[in-house]
Amino acid sequence: MKVRLLLFALYKDLAGLEEVEIDVPVGATGSNVVEVLRARGGGLARLPERPVIAVNREYAALDTELFDGDEVALLPPVAGG
Amino acid sequence: MHNALTRDPIDVAALLPLVGDPEDGAVLLFVGVVRNHNDGQSVNGMRYDAYVEMAERVLGDICREAAVRLGTDRLAVVHRIGELGVGDASVAVAVSSPHRAEAYDASRYIIEEIKTRLPVWKQEHYEEGGGRWLEGHVPQTGELA
Repeated sequence: MKVRLLLFALYKDLAGLEEVEIDVPVGATGSNVVEVLRARGGGLARLPERPVIAVNREYAALDTELFDGDEVALLPPVAGG
Repeated sequence: MHNALTRDPIDVAALLPLVGDPEDGAVLLFVGVVRNHNDGQSVNGMRYDAYVEMAERVLGDICREAAVRLGTDRLAVVHRIGELGVGDASVAVAVSSPHRAEAYDASRYIIEEIKTRLPVWKQEHYEEGGGRWLEGHVPQTGELA
């Protein structure tokens, strides 16, 4: 199945990309997606192992099960205001 | 109730007509602005990045929670994103209520929640060149999940 990954701010700079679609097995979790991304190496390997994530625009735990077409965002610690 | 993210300069005064009511004795306006220094370094600008679609939703959640504290839905919040200069308003919060205690409480709640859970990031630009993303808060995703 495919999930759409979004990266922001520091993570976007580290990875050198802001959006990518990746293939993961059915039943994959947020953690699995982060592993797949980090395994691609280069700047992506510098992403943290356990970032805060959002699934479909809601904060979610890393062990959240994903479904085809989900939007997963890796969010650095937030600094609004 | 009004809440928005914008790339345009915030018209701070325009928020006041969005709140207020004949039964209100308190109208409170908080404006967060870009300052010219941080951690001993001279700052000449700030870039705000956001996960816009999610931030709009979270800002709405924060406003609804604040309205419960306020006891009215008379609140208006605007957060700016993009490139800002020193003195530019990055966020403005207007609230009104019959008495001041609820207004201060709700206003403070909104700005503190923005800082701890709104998916927005800022990168300082320094006078001597360069810049860095500011360290932020880690939202408590475990409880929210």
